[in-house]
Amino acid sequence: MSAKGTEVKADTANVEVSKSTGERPKWDNKIQYLLTCIGFAVGLGNVWRFPYLCQIYGGGAFLIPYLIALVFEGLPLLYLELAIGQRLRMGSIGVWNSISPYLGGVGMASMVVSFLVGMFYNTILAWVLWYFFHSFQNPLPWRSCPVFNLTEYVRECELSSPVNYFWYRETLNITPNIETSGSLQWWLVICLATAWCIVYVCFIRGIETIGKAAYITATFPYLVLTIFLVRALTLPGAMTGLKYLFTPQWEILKNPRVWLDAATQIFFSLSLAFGGLIAFSSYNPQKNNCEQDAIIVGCINSATSIYASIPIFAILGFKANSNYEDCLNNNILSLTNAFNMGDQNITIENYETWLTYLNTSDPTKVANLHLKVCDLQTFLDQSASGTGLAFIVFTEAVIKMPGSQVWSVLFFIMLFTLGLSSMFGNLEGVLTPLLDLKLVPTCIPKEIFTGFMCLVYFIFSFIFALGSGNYWLEIFNSYVGSVPLLVIAFFEITAVSYVYGINRFSDDIEWMTGRRPNIFWQANWRVISPLMLLVVLLAYVVIQAMQELTYSAWNPNYVDFPMYEVLPYPGWVCAICVLLSTVPCILIPLVALYRFVHFLKKRVERLRAPSFYENEGYVSDM
Amino acid sequence: MFPRLHFAVCFTAVLGPTLVHTLCPDTADGYKVRLSIKTALGDDAYKWDESEMFLFRATLAFAMRKYNQKPYEVSDVLVCNETQRVSFWFVVTDPENTSELISGKDVERAVRISRNRINNAFLLTDETLEFLNIPPTLAVPAESGTPPWLIVFGVVIGVVGVGIIALLISSFIQKRRKKGVTEGEEEDCEEEACDKGNGVSHPVEEGADGVNRGFVGDIPFTKL
Repeated sequence: MSAKGTEVKADTANVEVSKSTGERPKWDNKIQYLLTCIGFAVGLGNVWRFPYLCQIYGGGAFLIPYLIALVFEGLPLLYLELAIGQRLRMGSIGVWNSISPYLGGVGMASMVVSFLVGMFYNTILAWVLWYFFHSFQNPLPWRSCPVFNLTEYVRECELSSPVNYFWYRETLNITPNIETSGSLQWWLVICLATAWCIVYVCFIRGIETIGKAAYITATFPYLVLTIFLVRALTLPGAMTGLKYLFTPQWEILKNPRVWLDAATQIFFSLSLAFGGLIAFSSYNPQKNNCEQDAIIVGCINSATSIYASIPIFAILGFKANSNYEDCLNNNILSLTNAFNMGDQNITIENYETWLTYLNTSDPTKVANLHLKVCDLQTFLDQSASGTGLAFIVFTEAVIKMPGSQVWSVLFFIMLFTLGLSSMFGNLEGVLTPLLDLKLVPTCIPKEIFTGFMCLVYFIFSFIFALGSGNYWLEIFNSYVGSVPLLVIAFFEITAVSYVYGINRFSDDIEWMTGRRPNIFWQANWRVISPLMLLVVLLAYVVIQAMQELTYSAWNPNYVDFPMYEVLPYPGWVCAICVLLSTVPCILIPLVALYRFVHFLKKRVERLRAPSFYENEGYVSDM
Repeated sequence: MFPRLHFAVCFTAVLGPTLVHTLCPDTADGYKVRLSIKTALGDDAYKWDESEMFLFRATLAFAMRKYNQKPYEVSDVLVCNETQRVSFWFVVTDPENTSELISGKDVERAVRISRNRINNAFLLTDETLEFLNIPPTLAVPAESGTPPWLIVFGVVIGVVGVGIIALLISSFIQKRRKKGVTEGEEEDCEEEACDKGNGVSHPVEEGADGVNRGFVGDIPFTKL
């Protein structure tokens, strides 16, 4: 790296090989690369996790810890990953092996995490596809309960709601607990097959096809968000929702949990430590301004989160308003029927006056009606994140909007493209190291290998198509996609800062971009970011360990149905949770140990019998 | 006997209206009806008056006729307890024997069969024209041959399948073409050590002792 002479030769050598088959693939142009990185970073979490965090952590006030975390944790790590990948021109395993063979485990951990996340992430896309397929009907199937016996609705649906019923029964056909696996739901299997076929089409030739697909998958969500923004702002009740979202509650900032969640949100939102970003930037020409790229990707990701929360909250405000009016109308109907007053004499506007009048004139009769207390604030407080937001709350809002089918179709296509662009990063995080390690026999063309990869993923994701699939997905989501990533990122930044050396790293960056990284980056890489990561990691582990291992189950026979039944995880499931969290992390010390043992063996052998024919020039590194 | 019968008929004809008052509303054979005209029609709401009530009784008589083909008249439908809501009770008497009430079950079945016609006569729906204790027949959604979602699925998977096949074929053709070109190029390559792959290979120098000096130079990676 420091001998400039070999580098010049390397450049000319690379130019000479442009016609041979062995050269590293590269991006067609910079835009494709940036769009792919942005697409990888901008995912479902920007739409269904950030607005929820904003809501529960005091609206506008949450932006402060969020932006601080972006500047001191997100951007430095992002810059580091892009620079490392671009300089060493290899996937995650190759990169960390190059920095130090003892750290090869970091790359392996990245690959394992990418593989596990890819398995369940595409299941969410399969669910999105299912809803998309069902959006082409009039009326939408989650608008009303199915009819049973011509005279009554299905009981499970009546007790909960048509939206809940459609999600839990007709989509997931969920079992009452995680021990009951149920059977494989054929409709989910064919949705999974479709999802994996679509992923395969885009992924078939690696970055060649991904780059072209990124033009659509990365830009389409913005188009839909803008359309929704315009529509949502004209809905009644939208302003209530927005005011509720953005009104800052400054006292919340005193709660350390807010800072922890902001730091973890930024970290997971930027898709760091998956190895995908390293893989993408490894296909760049070495002379590329990765500092600019990192700032662009990081800022666009956060801006998208904030931009997405506006239409989401406008629509949630509309839904709360609509529910509030329904509640009032129910009460009005009860009063009108009980007191035999003229139809529409009581309206939403004069409801309060009529209620007080009737209460004074005949309180017992009013009490017997058991009127519900309708409070707009309660409806606004019904927050949801994750699949609950997309498949329950949002679908309910959509059926109240005129032209529901159009909005439903647009929404689910947007979710699909958001998730698809993130899947590319997950898959590249697995494919690039495999190609670099030359584990793929060269006789197999890349298209067949990627097809084989998609097939393996597809078969593994059958777990999530069982009746208990949703419970398993929650487990994977909480335990794979959290602690291992933090551990990997911590090792990444300490490896580069202290094993490789920041000075050497700065030299490389100067060679690549023409400028040494300034004091801001240096301070962050050396001190601030590792410290922040360590604190976040420890706090997160402590909180996870303190949490009881329980989950919410959907059980129609539960006494308090439609409330969720809170059940503890059985012992074997707990063991799986622990395994999922620790296996990727264990790989790091395991590989280091393996290399050390190997090194000791070699040392011992060399001391015993030096051979003339031994090739000392070739120090084995793999 | 005959004069007595004649007397009985006259007696019940006089008693007809009073029968209503004794039976309404606490009879198992009567039903309460509730209309919400303003909710249904908004500004186009009509006023509920005597003529509308007449129409209701006529419609109900029509429904009873449709049900068991007896010659029901408007006078066989008796109404009471009208309120401002608009709500009222009604009972139906047998046309052949006006002191007899048609049983509640028959009335219910008749109303259910002609519910649509009754609703339409008043421009109302099942929710705005309620017969209490007569549940509306819930509309069973039209069962199409193939569920529509399978059709959309078929379209999507077809397009994707075509795309996959097209890409596979095009890359196969590309490889064939490249093989033809590189067979011509390989002759140039054999004169000097050609670079294949990522790495840099210096020209191999065979020293006297057979040591491969090709990989000399500083090792940029961290030593073990």
